[in-house]
Amino acid sequence: MIALLARDLSLAFRAGGGFGLGLAFFLLVVVLVPLGVGPDSAILAAIAPGVLWVGALLASLLSLDRIFALDHEDGSLDLLATAPLPLEGVVAIKALAHWLVTGLALTLAAPLLAVLLNLPAPGYPWLLLSLAVGTPALSVIGAFGASLTIGLRRGGLLLSLLVLPLYVPTLVFGAEVVRRGATGLAPATPLALLAAITAGSLALLPFAAAAAIRVNLR
Amino acid sequence: MELRVENLAVARGGLVVLEGISFTLCPGQALVLRGPNGIGKTTLLRTIAGLQPPVSGAISAATDDLAYASHADGLKSALTVDANISFWASVYGSGQTAAAAALDRLELTALRHRAAGQLSAGQKRRLGLARLLVTGRPVWLLDEPTVSLDQAAVALFAGVLRAHLKEGGAALIATHIDLGLEEAGGLDLTPFRPKHQRAVAGGFDDAFGEIIGAPG
Repeated sequence: MIALLARDLSLAFRAGGGFGLGLAFFLLVVVLVPLGVGPDSAILAAIAPGVLWVGALLASLLSLDRIFALDHEDGSLDLLATAPLPLEGVVAIKALAHWLVTGLALTLAAPLLAVLLNLPAPGYPWLLLSLAVGTPALSVIGAFGASLTIGLRRGGLLLSLLVLPLYVPTLVFGAEVVRRGATGLAPATPLALLAAITAGSLALLPFAAAAAIRVNLR
Repeated sequence: MELRVENLAVARGGLVVLEGISFTLCPGQALVLRGPNGIGKTTLLRTIAGLQPPVSGAISAATDDLAYASHADGLKSALTVDANISFWASVYGSGQTAAAAALDRLELTALRHRAAGQLSAGQKRRLGLARLLVTGRPVWLLDEPTVSLDQAAVALFAGVLRAHLKEGGAALIATHIDLGLEEAGGLDLTPFRPKHQRAVAGGFDDAFGEIIGAPG
């Protein structure tokens, strides 16, 4: 398991591995939105939570198809499926590797980029917290979507369409936490719901994804 | 450790391709599957490996006895030869000495610090076959193991295989060339082709047929 995590991480940091892709995309969104919206700092402060969350969500969507597609192409997925590791564990590890490479990186970068959007100061801890709690759900939901589209060449379109509706609750509650935090309202309720979505996805989706992989490998 | 296959039928793309296959593979034995392209050698191996369910019949073997080697070698071209084999050694819990020994057996030790992407096709194949040694599993399911190997490498691999059989292992091999294994039995798959084309019920009908009462 640890060997698989180490392998996936070292592949992600090598050329063509996808680390930085999500981060660069997030940076682009956050830099371009103020240019498009204009310099009115009141408007920017109002839209900052939503823009940051949408940016993080799309950035994590960008690298989803790599989770299983590369392993399927070179045959490692067949070999992993016949290896002594449970396939559910393989899915969980691959989702974790995806989260470390995209979700965690986005979470750490978000407070720096929030300056560009003039996020009100009380919002910063909530931004960090909501992304830390919410992005694992994005990775594990994404791993589930990726497992459904294994074997489809250029399955990215279908994958995005499958995953986007599943991302909606995370986006709604995640952005709501930041909005409430930034305006001084109590963010506990959306935060609890966000954590519930993450916990539920983490508990259930590895099993669903492993089942989908078994069907797709036939 | 014994692989027993009874009256097995396998399907590919919703059509039964082979049926009525029975054989027993005991320790020390090798069985070479023969037959023209498309007869279902790969499908049979994948079914025995547990990657797809059989249409009917039974396979009795402990799944942790089986090591499957497909057409593709499952190598990561960005990682070194060493990292590739060590990864599989850790997955199978066989340790780094086993990994080094496997590289040595297939004469890859000199290439161990090269990226797998820079290897030739035959060297990649040898690295893929070295993976079998680190699995530590007795029954090898080999799908065209000699593709892109030169004569010397084929002889090398035949030696590895012979040693594996001598240690009480077994192998089921789909191949078109003669490996020179005098102890190996042969099984021609041509007679097991179904007489009439027969479709298998699709996954949807399997799952929901009873609920919605759709015609099978």
